[in-house]
Formats: sequence, structure tokens, C-alpha cells
Amino acid sequence: RMRVLACVRFAAHKGLGQVRLASSSSQKKYVDLREDRGIYTTDPINYNEAKFDKILIANRGEIACRVIKTARAMGIKTVAVHSDVDSNSLHVRLADEAVCVGPAPTSQSYLRVDKILQAVKDTGAQAVHPGYGFLSENTHFAADLEKIGVKFVGPNSKAILDMGDKINSKKIAAAAKVNMIPGFDGEIADEDMCVKVANDIGYPVMIKASAGGGGKGMRIAWNDKEAREGYSLSKQEAKSSFGDDRMLVEKFIDNPRHIEMQVLCDKHGNSLWLNERECSIQRRNQKVIEEAPSSFVTPEMRRAMGEQSVQLARAVGYDSAGTVEFLVDGKRNFYFLEMNTRLQVEHPITESITGIDIVQQMLRVSYGHKLNLTQEQVPLQGWAFESRVYAEDPYKGFGLPSVGRLSRYVEPNHIEGVRCDSGIREGSEISIYYDPLICKLVSHGKDRPQALARMRDALDGYVIRGVTHNIPLLRDICQEQRFNEGRITTKYLPEVYPEGFMGAQLNVDEQDKVLAMAAALNARKIARSKQFKNQKRQRTTYVDPYQMTFKFVAELPAEEGQGKAVAVEVKFDKGDDKEARVTLNGKTIAISGDMNLAQPIIDLKADGKALTTQIVGKKAGEITVVYKGTNFKVKVLPEHAIEYIKHMKPKAKVDLSSVVLSPMPGAIKSVAVKVGDMVSEGQQLIVIEAMKMQNGLHAGKTGKVKSVTVKEGQTVDEGELLVELE
Amino acid sequence: IKMLSRYARSALFSLPKSMQMATRATSSIQHTLKVAEKIEKTREKALLGGGQKRIDAQHKRGKLTARERIELLVDPGSFREYDMFAEHTCTDFGMQKEKYPGDSVVTGRAQIAGRTVFLFSQDFTVFGGSLSSIHAKKIVKIMKDAMLVGAPVIGLNDSGGARIQEGVESLAGYADIFQANVMASGVVPQISLIMGPCAGGAVYSPALTDFTFMVRDTSYLFITGPDVVKAVTNEEVTQEELGGAKTHTVTSGVAHGAFENDVDALMNIRELFNYLPLSNTDASPIRACDDPWDRVVPSLDTVVPLESTAAYNMKDVVLSLVDEGDFFEIMPDYAKNIVVGFARMNGRTVGIVGNNPKFAAGCLDINSSIKGARFVRFCDAFNVPIITLVDVPGFLPGTSQEYGGIIRHGAKLLYAYAEATVPKITVITRKAFGGAYDVMASKHLRGDLNYAWPTAEVAVMGAKGAVSILFRNDKDNAAKHEEEYTELFSNPFPAAVRGFVDDIIVPSETRRRICEDLNMLESKTLKNPAKKHGNIPL
Repeated sequence: RMRVLACVRFAAHKGLGQVRLASSSSQKKYVDLREDRGIYTTDPINYNEAKFDKILIANRGEIACRVIKTARAMGIKTVAVHSDVDSNSLHVRLADEAVCVGPAPTSQSYLRVDKILQAVKDTGAQAVHPGYGFLSENTHFAADLEKIGVKFVGPNSKAILDMGDKINSKKIAAAAKVNMIPGFDGEIADEDMCVKVANDIGYPVMIKASAGGGGKGMRIAWNDKEAREGYSLSKQEAKSSFGDDRMLVEKFIDNPRHIEMQVLCDKHGNSLWLNERECSIQRRNQKVIEEAPSSFVTPEMRRAMGEQSVQLARAVGYDSAGTVEFLVDGKRNFYFLEMNTRLQVEHPITESITGIDIVQQMLRVSYGHKLNLTQEQVPLQGWAFESRVYAEDPYKGFGLPSVGRLSRYVEPNHIEGVRCDSGIREGSEISIYYDPLICKLVSHGKDRPQALARMRDALDGYVIRGVTHNIPLLRDICQEQRFNEGRITTKYLPEVYPEGFMGAQLNVDEQDKVLAMAAALNARKIARSKQFKNQKRQRTTYVDPYQMTFKFVAELPAEEGQGKAVAVEVKFDKGDDKEARVTLNGKTIAISGDMNLAQPIIDLKADGKALTTQIVGKKAGEITVVYKGTNFKVKVLPEHAIEYIKHMKPKAKVDLSSVVLSPMPGAIKSVAVKVGDMVSEGQQLIVIEAMKMQNGLHAGKTGKVKSVTVKEGQTVDEGELLVELE
Repeated sequence: IKMLSRYARSALFSLPKSMQMATRATSSIQHTLKVAEKIEKTREKALLGGGQKRIDAQHKRGKLTARERIELLVDPGSFREYDMFAEHTCTDFGMQKEKYPGDSVVTGRAQIAGRTVFLFSQDFTVFGGSLSSIHAKKIVKIMKDAMLVGAPVIGLNDSGGARIQEGVESLAGYADIFQANVMASGVVPQISLIMGPCAGGAVYSPALTDFTFMVRDTSYLFITGPDVVKAVTNEEVTQEELGGAKTHTVTSGVAHGAFENDVDALMNIRELFNYLPLSNTDASPIRACDDPWDRVVPSLDTVVPLESTAAYNMKDVVLSLVDEGDFFEIMPDYAKNIVVGFARMNGRTVGIVGNNPKFAAGCLDINSSIKGARFVRFCDAFNVPIITLVDVPGFLPGTSQEYGGIIRHGAKLLYAYAEATVPKITVITRKAFGGAYDVMASKHLRGDLNYAWPTAEVAVMGAKGAVSILFRNDKDNAAKHEEEYTELFSNPFPAAVRGFVDDIIVPSETRRRICEDLNMLESKTLKNPAKKHGNIPL
């Protein structure tokens, strides 16, 4: 049945009325691959060069799609692997062939080396591109592939082993004369040892998985208690994410920048550095916004970092694309952190500024070709940003995973210099099983201000409905002064948002603009509600609704009593539904443009200045619009309501200190208490795992446990009651 | 004032004609002025209802006054009040000394989005909104007028109950309203919004109307209050538990929805009103529409999970299908295994009925059958086309259902669909099993257009159940038989080859297809045999 379905769905994509059900599976899959390869100006594809016939992509989501696109452009056939829930995913549709490798949990599908090897054999793929995560740094996998004569599109397994193991990599890096951070030279056996070593080095320390990356299995500890807790949590995470729970401890450099160098090597001893990326905007060690180049790096420093990176790559016989990560302190000292022996999530920004297709180069060098470029030929053109658009709630700890179905989804591809690397489409499900990444939104411009302006426009023009996403935070950062000036460190988020992210903060003028926009849209809504086409009763007393004056009271935010209700008057100019004049707080704001209430994106002008917005909700008496990335719920009521809303009573709030609610959908990893236990405030009661991240949930007060409604292994929804205290 | 001056002038002109008339003329002038003044005074008094003190008390409870509510509900300046000068006629218990112009209810007509509505709003500040004979007469008057011209009636209920001082007169008043409710039923839409107490006999007027809504925390509906309950059954129960918004929207199904407060409730009733036809002789309204009728909806192609036992939310289907995702859901918190409500397709109001697999697998049980049946009958009575989205595994089995009369209640939905003559468009999204397949607006019940999505499975039952009956003596090969059964029946073909579905359609094209069909069906005429009335299994 699935096959029939797949055909039906492809047919549907043609989108026209004459669509018939495809009855034959011979119907060609229709996927638009006319990717704009215009950005890859440096060493473009040479179609006469020998290449693999077929490769398998051992990954899912955006990176699988990304690799498939270049492979197809090069004329290489592609094989996708997928879990059963991913059967209809974009990466499966883009590939020429697809093989199901197991059920949803990654440990039973994407991490199953045996199944993937079988798929390689069955499909006759000559090489495997592992993407990032999953098996990308698994030496056994790379070695197993070598054994059956299949190329691993990445470095040789020895290089992965040397660099993937952080203890070993440090020794090698030190020997290769790369700048090092002080730390303990070896594996940490248990909590006690972790505490001892931490005390020897001196707090703060970083506890991290030897096999780790991407912020998983990583914790910072400032004291013994945190060292113990961080050690056990990180170890568990490392086990479930990488199947390797060896742990390391090193000195934590406070207030650093995170800058990394992209390297590219071939099997003939040639190596290049492709300039740096700055990834300092992080939360919980996960990157949020990256840029290339870094505004902090001088040409001399760039060269030094690049040369040290290449020295390291040579020292381990590196022969693919890789990244050497550095911590950089305020004096532009840089220290080796680790080397990632894979394609990085944020590689597109390097591609943007160098014009090099890194995936293409990986496939070339893996095949055995020499790099065609010399270091001098690697350009640094313009500036690029990458925003990681995640399905997560930025108002909770800068991002707690959320799940859902993308009921509406439109990428801002129409904006110049914007690239969207995503693996989902409208209707896709963001599930608890995988990384909640929706899209890597990349903007490129001639300089930093232009690239940043394009990023802002792209974020404004991005439509995502059905899941909570972090665009409000991304958009606000792009607006924020420190970020605009390039004064950033890895502590940027907690420093700029000490109380947590609370949405775009508006000044009085901006508030008025939002109120005016909401009022104009509400006036249009009311006017339209009078435009009946078949109701003939009031013919002689009918008044053209666009000739009327609408008098409202508008309030922002919507919670009664919090905002200040203001009287607003809306008039359409000469009955033109595209020209509204809104009077409030003693001034008049002209809101013009097509106030189409069905369009996901509305391009308006406020007093002639462009204003892109989205109507997120239009409940009775309440319009929710997007301004600077943040949703603003504006109450818009008939004018008399200004007196009446004062009488409405606020609803009682539930006392949250005596209950522990699930902050996000996920699976219960462990339950530390049972009914009748006494717990103290701040004690960890439950660990919940979602998107591979473990989160401890703590007691809001001291008391006795009244009920525990979940058990280990159970999956829970956001807001579900887990533990209740008396 | 204009009127006054005119009278005054004409009186002056008459002066010179006859001096003898002067005295009379003067007293006539005075009289006229006095009357005018009295009118103004009475009007002012009427506008104040039970007086400022009681208005303040009403506000303190978080409630608006009868007039404030009307002001928010209707288009500015459109309210035409009736019977503002009516007074009660009671003389017992010294009542003749305490009269308020208009008594304890404000009635009249107005416009919502330019269309006529008749309405009454009970005034809690006058005798606690209690129902006197004149109160009932005022209500009945506007109801009769509404029926005469064909316009909906909205009742804003906020009343302590019967005017005890009037005794049996008050009871008669209730009965008069009930009779008017029943006469208006199916002629004009009737909406009740409970905005305060509504107890005893008073509850039956809202119960007879098409839709009953409540305001959270400030409205109650019950036959007898907590005190009487305590006295009779010794049960301890609060007002809120006995008859609050939560009770009636979640447990009893008496109310069709609840809103946060008065303002929110009135704003929402306006939205609902805009979906409704004015009467049974009016067409389903068509409003200007911004959403392209032929919009392709890609998300529908993946809404049904690949795993045929996995749940999904039918509301996702509804919201992406209809104009702008605007859906006025009726009874959102009751019998969630069926979704009903109003939406628009290319501007035209339609009624949506959908089994929701997210709750109880989308089965039909007693509550969902009743909920669906009542909604279908409303749509049919008022010419609103019905779009049915089917994913139903069957009727819910079990003793509680059988003892509760699922046969009788399930028959209500069957009856409602079979009786309906409005355009009926059905889309089978996944399961359509057993008797429930027949019930859900099947082709056999005069469905106009019946579609199947490629994921549709029309069968007597699921594979497991069927195999356990067909091959009960061959349990060892159950898996093989199940596979065979799935291959044969778990797809849209068995129904399609027999013409029980008109077409198998691509989900993303569903909106376009339905909009085309609704256009085509505009001229549908279908009449049931003449009868006094049918006998729905109540």
C-alpha cells in the first residue's frame, strides 16, 4: 500500500486539477532539483571527471537532502535509508532508491550498522555519506565499509579514531604544536574521580563525553555537586547518543568565543583551510546562530588558526572535510578544543563565503581525486549567517523541544541571498525521536550588515505553523545591538537575556505600530464579515463597510489588566480596502497594503515603511500578529468595551509549585520518587528525555509526594502532570 | 427635542385664533411638555435598570449589565428596543410600589454584521432578573416577530428564576416562552447564552434552543440548586460542580461551549451568528472570501499516518481544508471522538462532521451519536451543506454502551443523516467500518458526493476481527488470512468498484473538489415525503 501511496503523493505535487491517480509505479518521481548552484563558483562540478555511480546516505532530515542534492547534481545515483516513520520523508522522496532500516528509535534504525551495511550491499552503493551525527564518527562503521570495499565519505577510520577520541586527539594536537587548554589527560572513571580532577584543575570545569559533539553529553560544573550531577547526566546522554560513555574533564574557559576552522584534505597529502566560522551564540552548548567569517578574527589570526588546523590534519593523515574547533579568549588567544571529523551542520556558511561545495569536494576526494585548489585560490567573499530554526520553545530556557505537525510551512526562498537547508515540508511531523531541527536558514551578503538584514527579512518571511519554533529568539538576536556590533561570546544569551528570552521588547512607537496594524486588520475582518453575497435583506439600508469608521479599543498584551487599553479609530481611505488610516494615542498611522486575511505573509506599509507581518490568529476580539519575529496577541474590541473589560475578572492560576508538569513532550528516563516520599525544594524528581537531551525536573517546594502519574519509559505530552506534592 | 419644539410651535400658532382657548392651550402645552419630560425620565430610569448600586454589584461579580451586553453584541447604533415602558402588573407583597420601566428584561432587534437579529437580555439588576408575566410577554413578542420576518433569536440569560410574587403567572410566562421556542425551532436559529444563574423551569428555554453557551465561573444551569440537592439526596455539591460551565460542556453535554468572560462570550456569539442563515427559507450565507477556493493543501497528503492503527487529529484535516482555518467548533469538549462545527468553503457556510481518531479511535458511541445527530439536524433545518469526514472503526462495544441504549442513540445519527436533504459531501479519510460506515453520510443515505482518500478502508470490520470470525477454526494461519483480508478489503477499491464512492481523490485536492461540488449542488432540490413530522428515536 505504501508504494501506491507514494505515487499518489508525487502526482499530487504536480498540483493541477487534472491529477489522476498514478496506477503504474513506472511513473517518474517528480522532484524539483533545479537547485540554484549559482553560489558554487569556486571549482564547479567537472562532468568529465570520474565519479561514484551510486552512493548511500546513512542519515535523515536536512543533511540527507543536502548530500542528495549535490550527488544528483554531479550525476551520482542516491540511496536513502529511513526508519518506518520516515517512509514519506523528503530525503526518501529525493533519493533514487530508499531502504527501510527499522522502527523509529534511532538505536533501532539509523544507528544500526548491520542493517545499513546490508542496505549498502543490497543496493550496490559504492560509497556511504554519513552526514553528521549517527554513524558519521563511528570508526567501526568506517572500517566495516572499508572491509567490503565501500568508500566511507569522510576521513579514514584511523583519523576518526585519533580525533574522535578527545583524549587521544589532545595528545596528537599538542604534538602537532596546536595551542592547548589545560586539563586532565585521560578518561574519568567515576563521579569521585570527576570531582577530584575538577578540584585539581580548578573550577569551572567542562565535563564532556569523549565521543561527544553538538552539545550532547556535555555539562559545565562550578562546584562539586554540579560535577557529580553533570557527570552522571552527561554519561547517560553519551551512552544513548553515541553508545560510548567515556568522559573527560578540562578547564572551562569563561567568557570565550567559539571559533572553528574548516579544513579540506585529500588522499594525496594536500590540505586547505576554508576560513573560520564563529559559533559563539549558543545555549546549553548548542549553536543557535553561526557566521562566517568571524568579526573578531584578524587576517593574521585567521592564517595562524588555519595553519595550525592544517598541521593537525596532516599529523593524523586526514583526508576529507573536517573542522578544528577553538576556544578564543578576549585577547585573541585561541586554544584547541576538538576536531570534528565530519561534515558540520553549519558548513553552508563556509560554502557561501568560499563558493566551494564541500559535499562535492568530499565526494571527489573520497573517490580519490586531488584537490583542484591551492590555499591562495580559496576566496573569502562577503559574509554569511546561519540561523538554526528549531522546533522548540525559546521562552523556556532559550529552547525546549516541542513536537507537532507543520500545518503550514513556507520557506523564505524568494529573498535574495537566502538559502534554506531543510528536510521537511508542509505536513511533516516533528517527532520526539529525532533532532528538532526544522531548517538551517542561511543568508549571504556582500558584508555583515547586508547579510544580517537579509537574515532579518528571511525570518520575517518564514511561515511555520503547527509547532512552536525559535524564530522569535533568532529574530530578536538579529536585531540586538551587541550582536549587530559583533560583541559576542558563548555567554551572549544569558548576558543579553538575564531573565530568559521574553519576546521582542517594543518601545512606545513600535507598540503603537503593532496596535495600529492589528486594528487595521481587525477593521478589514469586520468589514469583510459584512460582505455577504447572497443575503438580500438590508438592500436599501446597506452601508459599504469600507466607508465606515471603525472604533475600537485595543490592548497589548492581551491579558486583561496588564496592558493599557487605548481607543483606536480606523478609516479606509475613500473606501479603499488597501489604505487604512489608524488614529490612536493622538497620532495617525497609515497602514497600507493588501490586507488579505488568508495569506500567511502580509506585506504592509506603516507610514510608507515596509512592515512584513503574519496573522497567526484571529479569534473573536483578538488578533495575533508577528512583529520582529515575536507573536503579539492584541485584543481589539468594540470601543465601549474600554469600560467593560475592567470588570472582567482575571482567572485564577494553578499553583505550579506543588506539581511537576512535563515541560515538553518526551520519554520518562527515570523517576526518582514514589508516593509518600519526602522531597526538598530543588530536588530532582524526574528525568525526561526528548530529542536526545536529558532534562532533570525538580520539586518546586519541600513536601510529601502525593502522586506519581508516570513510570519509566512512558512517553508524555507537554503540560502533562507527572508528580504532585501534598 | 425636535418633536417637542414642533408641538410647542403649533400650540403657539393656535393662540391668536381664540383667546378663550388660551387657558386650555396653556395646560395642553404644559401637558405635552410634561408627557415629553415623563418619557425622558422613564427612559432614563429604564436605562439604569435596577439602579447604580445594583449595576455596581453586577460589575463586581465580573458581569456586565443587560444593556452593556447588547451593546457589545450588536453593530454600533443598530439596537431598536421594544417595550421599554412595559411594567409588571403584580400587586401582591407591595410589588405595586416597586416598578421599573421595562421590567427585568431588555428586548428588541438589532443587526450583527448588517443582518437582523432579535434578542432579549435579562436584567439581573431588576428583581434579580426574575421572570414576571410581562418579562415573558416581552420575550414572546420578539420571538414572534423574529419568526414573522425570519431572523434568529439570541437570548442572554441572567435570571434568578420565577418572580415568586407573581406565582402561577410566572409559570405561565415560562410555558409561553417554551411554546414560542418550539414553534420557532427549525424556523429561525435560536441561540442561548447563559451569563448568570439559570435554574429551575428557566433551564428549559435554553434547552429548547439550537445552541446553548455559557460563561465560565459566572454562569450556572441546573434544575435544582445545591441546597435542594442536599435536602433531597443528601449529596454535597457546589454550584460549579452541579451546573457550571465545565460540567455542562464536558460531562452533561447540555451546553455547546463556554467562554472566558462576558466580553469574550459576546464576541464569539457574533462570530457564530455570521455563519448562520437567518431562517429556514434563507440560503446558507456566502461571504467574501480571501482564501483561494482551489488552494492545494499539501499537508493533507501526509495527515493520515502510514501506520493504519496510529491516531491523528481530524481537526488538523478540518483546519487545513476550510477557509483560513476558521472553524467554529460546537461542543469542543464533549464526546471528542466526533468533531462538529461551522466553517466556510469559498465563503459559503458549511457544517463539518468528522470522526476524530485522536479520541477513542474516533468510534461512534452514545454521546458522539447524539452530538452528531443534533448538529446534522440543525444544518438540515437551515440549508447548511454538510461535509462529513469519515474515519470510524465502528460503534463502541460493551455493556455500558448497550445498557445505555447505543442502539437507540446511534439510530439518531442514522436518522438525521438519512433525513437530511441539504447537499451532503463525504470524504472517507481512512476507516469506514461496519454499520458506522452506513451511518456516516454514506452513498446509501443519499450522499451527493462520496469520496475516498487513497488511505480509505471500507469494510465490514478490521482484518483481525474478520479473520477471527471467518477462520475461527484455522487459528494457526490467522496471520496469513489477515494479510489476505487486508489485501482484499483494506483499500478503497471494494467501495469504488461498486460505485459506493464516486471517486478516489488526492487528499491535497480535497478542498478544490468540495468547493466545486458545493457550487454544483447549489441548485439541488430534494424533498422528503409530506408528513406531519418524522419520529426520530428520541
